Amino acid sequence: MIALVAVMGVGLGLTGCKPKSPINGESTSAASGSAAEEVYVAPGEKDDYYLFTSGGFSGQLGVYGLPSGRMLRQIPIFSQHAENGWGYSEESKPMLMTSYGFIPWDDSHHPKLSQTEGKQDGRWLFINGNNTPRIARIDLKTFRTVEIIEIPNSSGNHSSPFPTENTEYVVAGTRFAVPMGDNRDVAINTYKENFKGMISYISVDKESGHMDVAFQILLPGFDYDLSHAGKGPSHGWSFFTTYNTEESHTMKEVNASQRDKDFLTAINWKLAEQLVAEGKFEEYGGRPYYVNRWDEATHSAVSTQKTGTKVLDASKYPGLVYFLPCPKSPHGVDVNPTGEFIVASGKLAATLPVFQFSKIQEAIANNDFDGDVNGIPILKYESVIAGEVAKPGLGPLHTEFDDKGFAYTSMFVSSEIVKWNVATREVVDRIPTYYSIGHLCVPAGDSKNPTGKYVIALNKITKDRYLPTGPELTQSAQLIDISGDKMRMLLDFPTIGEPHYAQACPASLLTENQVRIYPIEENNHPYAAKGEKETSVERKGNEVHIKMTTIRSHFAPDNIEGIKVGDKVYWHITNLEQDWDIPHGFAVQGAANSELLVMPGETATLLWEPKEAGVVSFYCSDFCSALHQEMQGYVRVSPANSNVPLTWSLNQTAE
Amino acid sequence: MAIGISALLLIAVYFLPVWSIQLWAPQYPEGIEMLIWLNRLSGDVEIINGLNHYIGMKHISEDMFPELALLPYGMVLLIVFGLFVAWRGTKFWLNAWTLLLVLSAVGLLIDMYQWGYDYGHNLDPKAAIQVPNMAYQPPLLGYKLLLNFGAYSIPDTGGWIFAAVIGTAVIFWAKETIIKRKQHA
Repeated sequence: MIALVAVMGVGLGLTGCKPKSPINGESTSAASGSAAEEVYVAPGEKDDYYLFTSGGFSGQLGVYGLPSGRMLRQIPIFSQHAENGWGYSEESKPMLMTSYGFIPWDDSHHPKLSQTEGKQDGRWLFINGNNTPRIARIDLKTFRTVEIIEIPNSSGNHSSPFPTENTEYVVAGTRFAVPMGDNRDVAINTYKENFKGMISYISVDKESGHMDVAFQILLPGFDYDLSHAGKGPSHGWSFFTTYNTEESHTMKEVNASQRDKDFLTAINWKLAEQLVAEGKFEEYGGRPYYVNRWDEATHSAVSTQKTGTKVLDASKYPGLVYFLPCPKSPHGVDVNPTGEFIVASGKLAATLPVFQFSKIQEAIANNDFDGDVNGIPILKYESVIAGEVAKPGLGPLHTEFDDKGFAYTSMFVSSEIVKWNVATREVVDRIPTYYSIGHLCVPAGDSKNPTGKYVIALNKITKDRYLPTGPELTQSAQLIDISGDKMRMLLDFPTIGEPHYAQACPASLLTENQVRIYPIEENNHPYAAKGEKETSVERKGNEVHIKMTTIRSHFAPDNIEGIKVGDKVYWHITNLEQDWDIPHGFAVQGAANSELLVMPGETATLLWEPKEAGVVSFYCSDFCSALHQEMQGYVRVSPANSNVPLTWSLNQTAE
Repeated sequence: MAIGISALLLIAVYFLPVWSIQLWAPQYPEGIEMLIWLNRLSGDVEIINGLNHYIGMKHISEDMFPELALLPYGMVLLIVFGLFVAWRGTKFWLNAWTLLLVLSAVGLLIDMYQWGYDYGHNLDPKAAIQVPNMAYQPPLLGYKLLLNFGAYSIPDTGGWIFAAVIGTAVIFWAKETIIKRKQHA
């Protein structure tokens, strides 16, 4: 009996000793005392920064204010968005056209703000579509997607868009090597022979922003994962992390993780430009690709199909491409604000290598090579690194920089941000993130003039951080103060989709240029009605075009008869309002696509195909005014063989 | 001399708004504004029309104001007359000039009041929002609350110049009439 009590006592004692989450520190909240004040933006006050987070599998872009973390908007890009008709309206459908047809979704990963001389210029934001290789451009005056270009000869467009110092180019790389050219139907186990990588340089017109495939660089069949362009002294070069140098094609989690060092691929794109100018490229035909552009004057997108690209085979042109050995399976590559240091994060490596651009140039000049791959020289690791950050943490992924010479590296496995000194490569601080951080973002932290106030952690797992919502949980962003010696957790907020990379800029960079309305007199939509007098209903065979207007609080016309079953009815809705924040919605019963949200001065079109006879109602779906509930109308649908004449009216009542 | 200069100053009134009506509502913290010029209207007239149609107020347009066609000519007459007065420099013409200016101003204010009365009272009987016994006459001068709108009416730069010209004339008239009379007494 005594023995039993003794054993139980020891047992209880041991249970009491069980540590409480020793990994995540003392407090899972981890926010400091003044955090609430520091992120509080009073009602009516505005945030200091815009934060743009990729939507990941949502295909869209989230827009938030910092420091409050308040969500401002979701910008539809690659995915249809029934909320405002993106990808459903006749005008926006062409934006989602590709060589595979209409593709209404994608996986958007890396938002990148345009830069001039290595500094944010507030003009555009670029973002890649990972699945159907595409790059989109968002106009920051309207926060709308205005261009989507498909990337030919590509697959798994992950190392994208990463613009060059003056946004001369955005890039696109293959994370999945694929057979190129005409013979693409090959056995998968002929990988080493037939599979290739391709890095595309997409030119961006300085004025219009229009994108075009300038040239492509053919590379060995490795996985080109992430990228950043050089700046300052390294301007003219791009760097791509490169894994699966084993060239495996199956069970990659093991077979692509065998070598101790993979590569950082350095591309001299200025030389590529020169080679192309000299005509030293091969013309690739093959599959077509699409360029879809939004025209603000017609409020419509136009798709153009193109074929043929200029390809430079890297193995044929010395000096075009170099491989830098890089510790195991590198993921992110980031260039510091001076452009001299390049940090590549080997996600399976124990150290973090810091490459030095001047040393790379020296090694190239001295032919300091350690072999080659198909004629592409491999530089000697020891010759090109400034040093390594020893034991930084586990699973390093990405690095951003502040204005005081510090770097911040995200650690996926150890779920933390590690702050280190770029010059000395010494770790000076670390802070846990909740949980499993992927990318991180210092506002302008990828530019020549980073800020030094915040770093934003973009987390993959939230588990116990919020009220539970079943098996499917939100992902999150965390705002961390970096203005002092110690990083301090300030705020934790949910995001849309999966926030991969993010960009942030001072609010003042964008607020000045915001468009409030589209001037109605500048509306060049072919079916615009710029006043109620211009409204009409016109039949062309079984197509019916309704030119309709909206103004608080009625449609013109609001009674339509003479529509027949089997008709294709195009509702062209022009919002006559010229006042800020007065959109009108358009919703018609039985519409198989979506509703429309039409901005002041804009025209948008919904296709509706009535299936049965009767009277159908339509209404405004955006509460626009005190008489919004009265903003409705009727359309009469008659059998296909009926003789009901086509009539339309507003405010006409029977005698 | 001063009369001549002030008459010439009236030329500026052609290029500046004479009157300003400003409105605020909960949804318009930044305010909306209508400016009245000698010959036209500007500002957020269409927005005001859009908002006011609910209570049945008339659609404001330039056609509604025949005054806008006449005022530019009236101003020419005033300027020419002012120069004439300055040239002649007699007390009789000064009196006439002062009287004319004051009468013009009073006339314009009465005209504006009458328009405002009509605009605020003569409402469309089919208007969606009808508040019993409510009129929406804008203030002639100063601030007034009209349902959810605060309305503020005040001369703009051109109007102030006109007021200054009248003031100058009155001061001269007073100097010539009252002070000289005292001296004679």
